[in-house]
Amino acid sequence: MEYNNKHLVPYLSYAGLLFLLAALVTVLFLMSVLWGTAEIPIITFLDVLLGNESPTGIILLELRLPRAILALAVGASLGISGAALQGLLRNPLAEPGLIGVSGCAALGSVIVFYTGLSVTYSFALPLGGMIGACLSVGLLYCLAGRDPSILTIILAGVAINTVAGALTILALNLAPNPFAAFEVFFWLLGSLTDRSMNHLFVALPFIVIGTCFLLSTRRGLDALTLGEDVAFSLGINIKSLQTRIVLGIALAVGASVSVAGVIGFVGLIVPHLLRPFVGYSPGYLLIPCALGGAALTLAADIVVRFATQGPELQLGVLTSLIGAPFFLVLVIKMRREGQ
Amino acid sequence: MTFLTARNILISKNNNNIINNISLKIRPGELVGLIGPNGAGKTTLLKSLLGIVKPIEGGVYLNNLGINTLSRNYVSKHLSYLAQGAPCYWPVTVKQIVELGCLPHTYDTKKREGSISNIVAESMASTGISDLQFRKVTSLSGGERTLTMLARCLAGQAPLILADEPVTGLDPSHQIKIMQLLKNQVSSKTGVVAVLHDLNLAAKYCSRLVLMSEGKIYADGVPETVLSTQNISNVYGIKAKMQYLDGQPIILSGSI
Repeated sequence: MEYNNKHLVPYLSYAGLLFLLAALVTVLFLMSVLWGTAEIPIITFLDVLLGNESPTGIILLELRLPRAILALAVGASLGISGAALQGLLRNPLAEPGLIGVSGCAALGSVIVFYTGLSVTYSFALPLGGMIGACLSVGLLYCLAGRDPSILTIILAGVAINTVAGALTILALNLAPNPFAAFEVFFWLLGSLTDRSMNHLFVALPFIVIGTCFLLSTRRGLDALTLGEDVAFSLGINIKSLQTRIVLGIALAVGASVSVAGVIGFVGLIVPHLLRPFVGYSPGYLLIPCALGGAALTLAADIVVRFATQGPELQLGVLTSLIGAPFFLVLVIKMRREGQ
Repeated sequence: MTFLTARNILISKNNNNIINNISLKIRPGELVGLIGPNGAGKTTLLKSLLGIVKPIEGGVYLNNLGINTLSRNYVSKHLSYLAQGAPCYWPVTVKQIVELGCLPHTYDTKKREGSISNIVAESMASTGISDLQFRKVTSLSGGERTLTMLARCLAGQAPLILADEPVTGLDPSHQIKIMQLLKNQVSSKTGVVAVLHDLNLAAKYCSRLVLMSEGKIYADGVPETVLSTQNISNVYGIKAKMQYLDGQPIILSGSI
């Protein structure tokens, strides 16, 4: 489906939109790498990239770069997952957590925390999250049964999410000491502080594969604009589309939550914001949302570093703080338009 | 030539037989009106002909090949579906919708950009919606919305169009316009099946009527024989007063 947004956003073509978003992501990425408690001039950054070693080089490679790449990857997976799920459900209120992946990934990580494995092995934590995410998809298909409809998948997802949430709270409740509970609780709020290249290596392959699955659904999502039956008559294999989206979200979001905790609202807001720019085409929305999600997460992660003195504001808290007023504005706008 | 055949199909939901042992052959050159009371199984039969609903017994065959064994892309190039109520879930433009009709062909390297935009423009012109192409589908009237969906069907260039209640709830001028467009679509190589409730409209435009009752085909043939006072009384439970104008049956009034 081509789209013509002459009447919506003058002078901005699809290529133009992609270029603008990509430029925004690049600028924010550089800011994320160069800004912090220690300011790093861009020359040093280029120097480090060329392989020259220096003390600032270590800050860059060990701290800033993994953090910036993770913000980019996590944001992109949340954005594209939100867009794909909203397209599949044809509902602008869907968000990637709906199918239960984030809840289970968080639970998996919490269990690793709880058993103390995370102290011994640095990547036990993201691994626990990934296992949680994989189990949630298995469980999802067990619950939804063979040949599930989209509605059954969502119902099963909501049920799994509720159970995972309950078990997470149980773990917090039974934590052996208040300090452990505090640590888990903070981890759950979502953050990219002190992530290393190890985290990146665990999460990135899954994020890339998941995103590829989601990118393959463009045609199908566009056809779904006309409903499942018509999309099927247009040659779209609905079951395969559904599976690719569920698996794609499980991989991308599961890996994201495993390394960064739960970062809310990105998957909900970004598709909403960008939809008018692509003429409401759910398929064309995918790539802009990956870029938009990356930009939003990078920006939020930069703000988090400077926002407060003392304890750092958690990333997930900030995105939620941005997300809530956004919805209030949306409600007021819809009321005015009388939709 | 494209033939669509249903052989002894049985479809049941919750132990209720919705379609009970139906066999039907759709040939090119016909405008087939599928009529019958609410709940007779018209929509289910149409969906099973499209392969959307799978029968538990019997099978649907496209050119003598089982419809579920064929690739979805092959089927989508031969059968086009106009759904009931012209559903559209996002506020996209008319042109975007019509372009979706070309989706079955976008996999072919032969048919690319240029020819596709021609097909889209032609389909919109032939249904008279070219002026609406940049309007949001969600802002259109029911008639315009159905015309948009019909243009989308035409853009697919499938030899058979299966339309579910294309004129229900529309004003007389849109009803006539859409029936005329469907009739124009019929040629020696193409055909149309339409679920209809307006019997006079069905008699006027269809070359063949299939009257359904309780999941079975009650009568199948030319309008003059299918729309007999006896059949209407047996299936709909109404006593109809009939008149014939140039051999075409017209139902003047009915009482229960």
